[in-house]
Amino acid sequence: MESKDYLKDISEIKNLMNKSSRFISLSGLSGIMAGVYALIGAAIAYYLVMNFSYGTLILDGQIFRWVLVDLILVATLSIITGIILTTKKAKKHGSKIWDATSKRLVFNFLIPLVVGGLYILIILNQQKYGQAGALMLIFYGLALINASKYSIGDIRYLGFAEIILGLTAALLPGYGFWLWVLGFGILHIIYGTWMHFKYDVN
Amino acid sequence: MSIINNINKVFDHRIRLGIMSILMVNEYADFNMLKELLEVTDGNLASHAKALETAEYIKVEKQFIGRKPNTRYSTTKLGELEFKKHIDALEKLINKH
Repeated sequence: MESKDYLKDISEIKNLMNKSSRFISLSGLSGIMAGVYALIGAAIAYYLVMNFSYGTLILDGQIFRWVLVDLILVATLSIITGIILTTKKAKKHGSKIWDATSKRLVFNFLIPLVVGGLYILIILNQQKYGQAGALMLIFYGLALINASKYSIGDIRYLGFAEIILGLTAALLPGYGFWLWVLGFGILHIIYGTWMHFKYDVN
Repeated sequence: MSIINNINKVFDHRIRLGIMSILMVNEYADFNMLKELLEVTDGNLASHAKALETAEYIKVEKQFIGRKPNTRYSTTKLGELEFKKHIDALEKLINKH
């Protein structure tokens, strides 16, 4: 056999290892959209708190409930957009959306996220809400890093960035809102754009 | 010992190499998953899997999911070792040229 054939073997081995263990159809565009939703959601929350709540948020107040609805809406819209755009991309590549690799990805992404979510709910219930924004960023970052082993590796860098922002937010509680906007809004848009041009175009 | 000694005859086929590559990075894979990834026919896959099983490089488990029979493949310690040796040998061979 020529060494050219061996080279072909090696590249096929790499390709099969990737295809069988990683879900690579994640759409960059859905990252951009998640960022845009987060920015719109943050603007609405900011408007609500500044105009109806005298700049402070009371945990069992009416405005707090609206901010929660706003937050859930942003998360739901991001997830739906992500599923639609990723399905589209997977179809184009001729790969399945719900197979062993994507199940593994979702499962491993959800472990830190659900743990973090429950933890935040628990401390909110104990009236310790100063750290909620920081914790959201930190646990989201951990979820991304955990998921990166089962998808495009670049996701881990977004995860690291979110954790750094989260720790900064913990140090500077007064800037929590703006670091949250930076982490969930701006970073998603930057990351999504980068992924879009790296993997989706061409 | 020359490099050629480490080129493993058992792996010297595209489909067998493919089966091993997939099993190296997954805890296990079932028949259909291998078939889809490798784009081969049932008979073709079965005979190459059999060859790897005979060499004791992979382990085969037959079970039922509901009423459907399901065949699961995974690597053995020996298989992993031999596959790594084979890849190293390929790499050295390519680098020599």
